[in-house]
Amino acid sequence: MHSALRPGTPAPDFSLHSTPDQAVRLSEFRGRPVILAFYPADWSPVCGDQMALYNELLGEFKRFDAELLGVSVDGIWCHLAFAADRQFHFPLLADFEPKGAVARQYGVYREQDGTTERALFVIDADGVVRWSFVSPVGVNPGADGILRALETLAPEATHG
Amino acid sequence: MADDETRAMLSVPVTEQDHVQGSPSAPVTLVEYGDYECPHCGRAYPIVKAVQAQLGRQLRFVFRNFPLGEAHPHAQHAAEAAEAAAAQGHFWEMHDALFEHQRALDDAHLVQYARAVGLDERRFTDALTSHEFTARVRRDFIGGVRSGVNGTPTFFINGVRYDDSWDVATLVSAVRAAIEAA
Repeated sequence: MHSALRPGTPAPDFSLHSTPDQAVRLSEFRGRPVILAFYPADWSPVCGDQMALYNELLGEFKRFDAELLGVSVDGIWCHLAFAADRQFHFPLLADFEPKGAVARQYGVYREQDGTTERALFVIDADGVVRWSFVSPVGVNPGADGILRALETLAPEATHG
Repeated sequence: MADDETRAMLSVPVTEQDHVQGSPSAPVTLVEYGDYECPHCGRAYPIVKAVQAQLGRQLRFVFRNFPLGEAHPHAQHAAEAAEAAAAQGHFWEMHDALFEHQRALDDAHLVQYARAVGLDERRFTDALTSHEFTARVRRDFIGGVRSGVNGTPTFFINGVRYDDSWDVATLVSAVRAAIEAA
């Protein structure tokens, strides 16, 4: 059973590779909301649909000044091929070595499968988890929950 | 939050802005969010027709746009083409032409279908080039996202997302169950 970080918890900082020579650090986005989308695997049908949906919604996320980061345990070359094939315009981060270390910090590593849960976190401009949701692995959680969480944050973001 | 998946509801009610087939007094409304270039929607197209044929006046059918434009390069324009046809009173003819020619949805073919369904060609191409219906299609898309549409096709039966298999028999019995519940 997962024990995903609950709202109100400071989001653990991390640095993960998005390309062979570029790493993304969560704290770089301080001052803006971040959507962390953990998914079990590149190429698997549901993940592809879920990430394809988010890819269509980047403009919507941008209205909230929010950054979308996809995370799985796949390696960087796998991510690059997947992103190129699906025309994704957001970073996929490789939680690859040590495997699943960031997913464990967020309480969404699946020991039995060696993958992450299908888990969403919306992190506010101060780096605090404000919403989290763990979907059954085979179910695409969609984007409505993310958008609702961002709307809840929005008044603060404009004052902040 | 755990209820998000179990009770996805249509958040945008059916209005006269929608493309509707069937009787306004039908006890059941089936809403489809679809993408003209999506192969699954292509498979669903004759299935919906079969369901409509079986249920006749008991069913009202509504089609809304959910183009995944990054995955399907022609989907957005195809959706706008259907809206442009709607503006000339020929939505369903265009809708059918698009699903019947899913693999040929480039702009040249869209114009060909527009001609075939009897549209004013100039008005049609103007609508496409001026992006007259881009916002309308996007509005459908966002309304779908807010209703729990995660991919295509997604169906709603009387406002409740339908997550079961959409072969003819299963879909017909789901609609029949909704008729009894109505």
